[in-house]
Amino acid sequence: MVLPENLVRFWRDFTENRVAVVALATVGLIVLLALAAPLIAPQNPYDLARLVLADARRPPGYIGAGGFTHWLGTDAQGRDLLSAILYGLRISIQVGLIAGVVAFILGASLGTMAAFFGGRTEAFIMRFIDLQLSFPAILLALVLAALLGQGKWQIIAALVTAQYAYFARTAHGAASAERPKEYVAAALSIPLPSSRVIFRHILPNCMAPLIVVATVQVANSIALEATLSFLGLGLPVTEPSLGMLIANGFQYMLSGRYWISIYPGVALIFLIVAINLVGDQVRDQLNPRLQR
Amino acid sequence: MLGFVIQRFLQALVVMLIISLLVFCGVYAVGNPIDVLLSPDATQQIREATIKAYGFDQPLWRQYFDFLGRLGRGDFGRSFVFNMPVLELIFSRLPATLELTLAAVIGATVLGVPLGMYAGYRPDSLVSKTIMAVSILGFSVPTFWIGLVLIFTFAVILGVLPAGGRGETMRLFGIEWSILTANGWKHLLLPALNLSLFKFAMMVRLARAGTREIMLSDTVKFARAAGISEWTILSRHVLRLIAVPIVTVFGLEFGATLAFAVVTETIFSWPGIGKLIIDSISSLDRPVMVAYLMLVAFLFIAINFLVDLAYAALDPRVRVRSA
Repeated sequence: MVLPENLVRFWRDFTENRVAVVALATVGLIVLLALAAPLIAPQNPYDLARLVLADARRPPGYIGAGGFTHWLGTDAQGRDLLSAILYGLRISIQVGLIAGVVAFILGASLGTMAAFFGGRTEAFIMRFIDLQLSFPAILLALVLAALLGQGKWQIIAALVTAQYAYFARTAHGAASAERPKEYVAAALSIPLPSSRVIFRHILPNCMAPLIVVATVQVANSIALEATLSFLGLGLPVTEPSLGMLIANGFQYMLSGRYWISIYPGVALIFLIVAINLVGDQVRDQLNPRLQR
Repeated sequence: MLGFVIQRFLQALVVMLIISLLVFCGVYAVGNPIDVLLSPDATQQIREATIKAYGFDQPLWRQYFDFLGRLGRGDFGRSFVFNMPVLELIFSRLPATLELTLAAVIGATVLGVPLGMYAGYRPDSLVSKTIMAVSILGFSVPTFWIGLVLIFTFAVILGVLPAGGRGETMRLFGIEWSILTANGWKHLLLPALNLSLFKFAMMVRLARAGTREIMLSDTVKFARAAGISEWTILSRHVLRLIAVPIVTVFGLEFGATLAFAVVTETIFSWPGIGKLIIDSISSLDRPVMVAYLMLVAFLFIAINFLVDLAYAALDPRVRVRSA
C-alpha cells in the first residue's frame, strides 16, 4: 500500500496539475458548505412553519417576509433556494458516499474472494458479475428503485446493487495478478486463515485501481440518485436531494422561472464534474503505464 | 462449435428463466393492483370477482407458472390502465423510441467520429482540446440535466424549438413516424441531441484513441512516403482501420441507448416505451412493467449471446476454455 513518503510524492505530482487542484478545492468547498448548512443557511428549508406562501417562486434577489434577501430566489413552497440547495447537497453527498462505500466493500470482497478461491466459486461469481455488467447501471437502478419503493435506504440499496459489480470486476482483475505471488503462498504456509490472507494481504495490494473506481463511482452514484429523484423514483419529499429540487422546478421553467431548476443543477454539475476531474488525475497517477 | 452454441443457448435460457422469476416476484411485491383496477367505492362483490378473474387469490408459485404459460403463448396480459394487450401497447410506442434512438446514435457517430479523428490527428491543438472538454462533459454530466438546459435554451429563451411531444407524424407502412414531417424533425431535434451526447463523447474517445495509435503505424508512414495527401490517408486508411471497434460499439450501444431513452423521453414527453415504463411504474401497471422488463432482458441476453458466438467464431480459444 502507499507509504507516507510515497504519499508526499503522490501529493506533489497531484499539485502539478492545476485543473485537478482547483477541482479538489471545489469538492472540498462544496463538502464544507454542505456540512455547515445548518449554520450558514439563511433558513431551515424543512421548517414548514416558517415558509410563507406569498414568497413562492420569487426571482433571485427578492427580499421576503423573513426580512433577508433570497439571493437565488424561492421555490414553489416559498423556500429559500440557497438554503434548499445547501441542505440538498448534504443529502446528495450522503447518499452518494454511503452507496459508494458499501458498493466498494461488497464488490472488493466478492472480486478478491473470487480470485483467491478460483475454480467454481470464481466462475460462478464472475459469470454473474459479467451478466450484470451487460445491463446498463441506470436501468438496473431504475427498476430496483421502482420495486423497493421510496426512501433513503431503498435508494442506497438500488445504487449499491447497480454499482458493486464495477468494484468486483476491478478487484478481481487486480487480485488475480496478486494471487500467484510468493507472499500469498508464504502467508498461507504459516498457515494464516484464508480470510486474513484475503483481506489483510491481497486486498491492500489491490487498492490503487479500486480507489480510482471509487472516485468515479461516488460521482456516478450522486448523478444516478439525482436522475432517479428527477424521475420521481428517488428520495421521499421529506428529504429533497438536488435531483428532486430540479424536478420540482422543471414545471415552472417553461414559464421562465428558471432559477428553481437551474441553480440546484449548477451545484450538482459543479460537484460531479469536480469529482470526475480529481478522479481523472488520480487515475493518471496510479496508472503504471503512464508512470515516469 | 455446435456444442458451444447449444451450451451458451441453454445458459441464456436459464438466465432468462431466473430473470423472469426475479421480475415477477419483484413486481408482485409492489402495491396492490386491485386499487389500480377498481375505484375505491367498488362493492365487496365486484372486488372478489375481480381478484378471482385475475387469479390474485392463487398462491404466488401458481401465478408464476400461469404467467410462464401465457408467456409461452406470447400473451403478456392486458394493461390495467390502457385496457389493451400489453404487447400491442408496447409495439405502438416502439417506433417513437426507435426513431429517437436511431437519430441519436447515427448523429453521434457521424459527428463524433470525424471530430475524434481530428482530436487524434492534432492532439495538441486548441480545437482538439475543446472537443475533448466537451466529451468529458458528455460523460460526466447527467443526461436529464443536459435535457433541461437544452429545453431552457432553445424552447424558453430562444423559443425556436418545441419543448416536448412528437409533433406531426406521417403514416408509413401503418406506423406513425415523426421523421417524415418537417414539424416532426423540429420536435425530434432536441431529444435526439440530448440522447446522443453520451454516445458522442464515447465515439470521440474511441476515434481519438484509434487515430493516435494508427498515425504512428507503418501504414501511415508508407502512405506518406508514397506522397498520398493527409486527407486521403485519414479518410481512406485510418478511417477504415478504426472502423472495426466503432462498429462493435455502435451495435452494443444501440441496446444501452434504450435504457438512456427512459430519461430523455420523460423530459421531452416523447411518447416512446421509456416514457411508458415510467408512467406504468407510477400508476402500478404491473403487466406493462413485467413485459417491458422481460423484453429488455431478452434484448440484452440476445445481444450477449450473439457477441459470445461472434467471439467464439473469431477466437477458437474461447470455445475450448468454456467447453
